[in-house]
Amino acid sequence: MAIEQPALRVDAPPRTRWQGILLALPVTLLMTVLLVVPLLIIGVNSFAQRGPDNAIIYNFSLNNYLRLLGIAEPGTWDTLYIEILIRSLWLALQSTILVILVGYPLAYFIARAPRRQRNFWLFLVLVPLWTNFVIRVYAWIMILRNQGVLNSLLGWFAGLFGLPFTPLDLYPSDLAVLICMVYEFLPFMILPMFTSLEKIDDSLYEAAADLGANAWHTFWRVTFPLSLPGIVAGTILVFIPVMGTFIVSDILGGRQVILVGNLIQRQFLDARDPVFGSAATIVLMVLTLAVTLYYTRKFGFAEEAFGR
Amino acid sequence: MTRRRSPWLLIVTALVYVFLYAPIIVLIVFSFNSSRTNVVFEGVVNQGDCGAFYWFCQLGRNRELVAAARNTFSVAAASTVASTAIGTMAALALQRYKFPGKAYSEVSLYIPIVIPEIVMGVGLLVLYSALFGFINNTFGLTGDNRLSLGLGTVILSHVAFSVPFVALVVRARLQGFDKAVEEAAMDLYANEWTTFWRVTLPIIFPGVMSGALLAFTLSLDDFIITFFTTGPGGTTLPIYVYGLLRRVTTPELNALATVWIVIVFVVLMLSQLAGRRSEAH
Repeated sequence: MAIEQPALRVDAPPRTRWQGILLALPVTLLMTVLLVVPLLIIGVNSFAQRGPDNAIIYNFSLNNYLRLLGIAEPGTWDTLYIEILIRSLWLALQSTILVILVGYPLAYFIARAPRRQRNFWLFLVLVPLWTNFVIRVYAWIMILRNQGVLNSLLGWFAGLFGLPFTPLDLYPSDLAVLICMVYEFLPFMILPMFTSLEKIDDSLYEAAADLGANAWHTFWRVTFPLSLPGIVAGTILVFIPVMGTFIVSDILGGRQVILVGNLIQRQFLDARDPVFGSAATIVLMVLTLAVTLYYTRKFGFAEEAFGR
Repeated sequence: MTRRRSPWLLIVTALVYVFLYAPIIVLIVFSFNSSRTNVVFEGVVNQGDCGAFYWFCQLGRNRELVAAARNTFSVAAASTVASTAIGTMAALALQRYKFPGKAYSEVSLYIPIVIPEIVMGVGLLVLYSALFGFINNTFGLTGDNRLSLGLGTVILSHVAFSVPFVALVVRARLQGFDKAVEEAAMDLYANEWTTFWRVTLPIIFPGVMSGALLAFTLSLDDFIITFFTTGPGGTTLPIYVYGLLRRVTTPELNALATVWIVIVFVVLMLSQLAGRRSEAH
């Protein structure tokens, strides 16, 4: 090599070649048939009408969306479905905030643990995630129900101190749904938060200490800002599935807590009103995409989400 | 270097771990419950030939459950193989080639990650019903010949939702890939095929394996998409458990959970050990 060459970029510019087309063909076909086409059908159906014997009449109108907004009948405002949407958003917001609050100390603890122990502590966070989602919901029934584990423990404690005890009425309830959501999605927040926190160099903490910052200042001026990307990534990983999950509310909410997921499921399988269900599905999709986009624009794209 | 850790941090951390593990301990303990209704723990069961493991033996005798377990593993195995192959190809295509329609492929791969699963589940349900209705009518299929939802549609759907995750993981691995090794192989007169099998694949193999592991986990755990795309003969464990939760539950379900947890724990430990060994090399 006599002639000095300009430094080669590690990722050389991609080549246009038939191999590329061949390699991408299966995935493009798969995603087109099983994702894009179904979404288009749902989109079209959401403007159609429900006919007799479950047929779909392609007579386009905004009726399904007006019904969701509760203004299908002129002069009246039926807030049933709006309430379901707001309840779902509110639950997703509460769950996300709680998951951040509960997960942060743990993620921080693991990130600051001696390097050799970190994998072990992370492993412990992952194990519950690998038991089945539905089985975890069942575990919370066992804990929260009237004569369940929690009430038995509390009753026993009360007995020790001779206090009167009335079992807490936790199952089924809104609170049970919230607790279970936090439990189900906690690891999805801890992992990206850990990834961000782990990157913070020890010297930054030392510098902060040298400059006279106390623990409080160090946290808000150094740790927290640098862990924001992880929080953003975790929020997306938690918020989106909470918005669409229907088993938790179905089982732990005792059919009283109706979320948009339950609404969609019932329209397609029980009520047999797929056109209205389609409109609800589109609204759910647009809502989550809008929140996610707004959030990532505001706080920067969540590269941490899948970095690990 | 030793750090002084705030006692508050340790207390909160311990509490969060208790929160993470309490449900699991409850599941395991109650699988030895002698009470059939399983609300209160009434002592360790001692019944039949299996004694304390009575509910575990019942588990093995439950035909529905054994069938569901078999379905779950068939679906996971089949969809993992297919989605790993397709996902790896997609990652290679997107990371290294320019081709018409690339932006479209890329966006379609991101959609399943950023929309709630129920949206995809409902979409697949509508697609399959429309398609099968059309085919059954056109070809006049009746009775058992009619196409319907079942194990096949579940597998296909699992492939569709796993591929984006496999592609993502493999692409991450390809990003740090030093092209010079491939060029060296070519300089030494290896053709593209040989270069791929002898150089490229071994280097990205850890990425492919973690993609496969992710696909397998996603498939085992999936409830929502399976719920919308399953039919007669296509019941998986999560669907079976959901059915039980809406009716009656006995410690048998806890025994199932315990078996599941033990298997997962062993598999996770083994993969950790394997990972450590491959890192050491």
